[in-house]
Amino acid sequence: MENIQNYQILWFVLVLILFAGYALLDGFDLGIGALLPFIGKTKEEKDILINSIGPVWDGNEVWLITGGGALFAAFPHAYATAFSGFYLAMMLVLFALIFRAVSMEFRANDEERAFIWEKAFTVGSGLAALLFGVALGNVVYGVPLDNKMEFTGSFFTLLRPVPLLFGITGFAAVLLQGAAYAVMKTEGELQKRSFRAVSILLRVNLITAIAYFMTMAFTFPGLTSNWVFYVAILFTLLGLAGIFFSLKKENDSAPFWESSFSFIGLWLAVAAFHFPNLIKASNDQNLSITVFNSSTGLPTLKLMSVIAIIGMPVVIGYTIFVYRIFKGKTKVSDHY
Amino acid sequence: MSALLLARIQFAFTIGFHFLFPAMTLGTALIILISETLYLIKKDEVYKKITNFLARLLGLIFVIGAATGITMEFSFGTNWSGYSRAVGDIFGPILAAEGVIAFFLESVFIGVLIFGRNKVSAKVYWVAALLVFIGGHLSAFWIVVANSWMQTPAGYAINEAGKIVLTSFTDTVFNPSTIIRFCHTVVASWMTCAIMVAGIAGYYVRQGLHGQTAKTMLKIGIILFALTPLLQLATGHIHAIEVINMQPEKAAALEGHFDTAKGVPLYLVGFVDEQKEKTYGIYAPKALSFLYNFDWNSEIKGLKDFPKENWPPVNLTFQAYHIMVGIGMLAIALGLLGAYLLWTKKIYEAKSYLLILPFLIPLPHIAHETGWIAAEVGRQPWIIYKLMKTANAASVVVTAGEIVFSLLMFFLIYLLLAIMFIMLFMKIVKNGPAV
Repeated sequence: MENIQNYQILWFVLVLILFAGYALLDGFDLGIGALLPFIGKTKEEKDILINSIGPVWDGNEVWLITGGGALFAAFPHAYATAFSGFYLAMMLVLFALIFRAVSMEFRANDEERAFIWEKAFTVGSGLAALLFGVALGNVVYGVPLDNKMEFTGSFFTLLRPVPLLFGITGFAAVLLQGAAYAVMKTEGELQKRSFRAVSILLRVNLITAIAYFMTMAFTFPGLTSNWVFYVAILFTLLGLAGIFFSLKKENDSAPFWESSFSFIGLWLAVAAFHFPNLIKASNDQNLSITVFNSSTGLPTLKLMSVIAIIGMPVVIGYTIFVYRIFKGKTKVSDHY
Repeated sequence: MSALLLARIQFAFTIGFHFLFPAMTLGTALIILISETLYLIKKDEVYKKITNFLARLLGLIFVIGAATGITMEFSFGTNWSGYSRAVGDIFGPILAAEGVIAFFLESVFIGVLIFGRNKVSAKVYWVAALLVFIGGHLSAFWIVVANSWMQTPAGYAINEAGKIVLTSFTDTVFNPSTIIRFCHTVVASWMTCAIMVAGIAGYYVRQGLHGQTAKTMLKIGIILFALTPLLQLATGHIHAIEVINMQPEKAAALEGHFDTAKGVPLYLVGFVDEQKEKTYGIYAPKALSFLYNFDWNSEIKGLKDFPKENWPPVNLTFQAYHIMVGIGMLAIALGLLGAYLLWTKKIYEAKSYLLILPFLIPLPHIAHETGWIAAEVGRQPWIIYKLMKTANAASVVVTAGEIVFSLLMFFLIYLLLAIMFIMLFMKIVKNGPAV
């Protein structure tokens, strides 16, 4: 493995895993946030929903921070181009994430204005989920770049139909992830409402996922001959079908795993047609930022591999330990 | 205003705001660990009450620290993409290591600390407190590594393409200023919370609230308040010598020292006239030379030995540094007074001392903010000392108008966070450890 290309490919995979891990984990708590007023009707129900993610959301968000750090360390040009190029959109993501984080704590301590913080929580969660998809859609679909790897578009470049479809597809997947998590963590009337949400979102996801895969097949020539793409479709469809049968049996834990499985399919599709690009240039394919022209040197990539290969299993280990502490149905008394 | 200046103002504002919270997190984690350890040993409910109370405060502090911390990681890409492109090989792994090795640990176990009291045994709870303490301090370590590398870069080479590449990660991590800067930063955080806890407990004791819990809290707070400023004097001293050796221009700016000379005075308060290149004020003759290596006549380099385009803003650096030192000295005096009152068992009746304590809570914050200003402004015009200028580090595609918008938004959002934080902090304090 002395060849730098092997490390560049490895880090493409690892960065993708970190961002996909973020999407699955923070996905369910962003989903809970966005669905809060639709699933939770009384104060007590809202308390339960927020308490269900209270102990874990901050750990989930570290996947984003680590993903960002890994992108910076492995492919600094991709990190620099996307974050500076999508400046206003990134600022909106940031403001959304700030509001969704603090509003849970503020709501718990500031009863008089709790309703304002609930709205901030919902809007912040939903907006962040939507914008992440749009951002990913843009780097995949392509943005105009110059020969210094700088973005030459504007804020409105980001709002083209295909990236917006990515945003909507991701948003729908996050909502499903949130609803499925709610089904797992709640009981009674609240759980019934969560089941209904899963059932509606299942249909929505079926439509968005089909639109997503079809658009991809038409937009990216060559994709239809890539076997990974078909595996991706299979993952998503199997996941969604699984939810359909779990709903029939009123199984309250399987939908979460099936929803995650379906989400992984969406990410696999990105992997299938995006490699070796990190940010595709829409104006001239030769200007694209790829894993090969934007990476750091071999010593850095090797060092990062050691940190990731030793560190991440430990992280995943204690994360599972903590999830087990809080497993089972969330009670209203579980404090926020 | 230029986009560069706006980007600098935005970074200074957002990091200055963010830093308040991790500083409180580290100290609170320390005091929680102390009180939870005492609970495990003595099985006295008082300690459990203190931990629970501090865990509530920590929840509020941590969430704002985490939320405003994402801004910092984003900002290297959004506003400093020139810097990010240049230093990905070195700065990237430091940030990634911070995530993998440190921040995960802190963030995952803080959930147990805040939500898990009734879900886990006392021992597991103690382990969670320990891991939050370790995770937080490791996190601080990596961030200090990143900053120290910008001050005293090491472990890199410039390759034939003119790119900065990694040669030794060990040298990068343990660059000449990492260890002492880490000690100085961490002790600042401990001191911040020593005074915070002493201040809160002082208020309770003076009002006759929360009985023994308040008294025990006061005791823990005062002991740390007596120790940490003294410890900080030691780390500060070593750090200052390191700066004189490694970054002589900055050291000269800290003291407003223009002409290389022997027997250099130490200013207690003063003013630097940057036009006339002269410093006025009250000073102790030859004291700076003495502090440098305990020789009244040692030579210290002045700013005029360096090209003027590489001078930092001298008066700002000087003033910020002197405010920090002044607060440090005041803290030593007040901490020792507190220790004396505690030793002689007069503290619970020392009404005027207890009255002052809560008002001291902002002081360490002012000290570490001014300390950072001295360290960072004192490094200018460099973003990486003698390697890259700040002027070459900003994002080229981000316009001044865009930064005006984001800066305004940050100002408004952070103002809201500050108001909410103070309000809810007061509310949690008012509810007290009994609830």
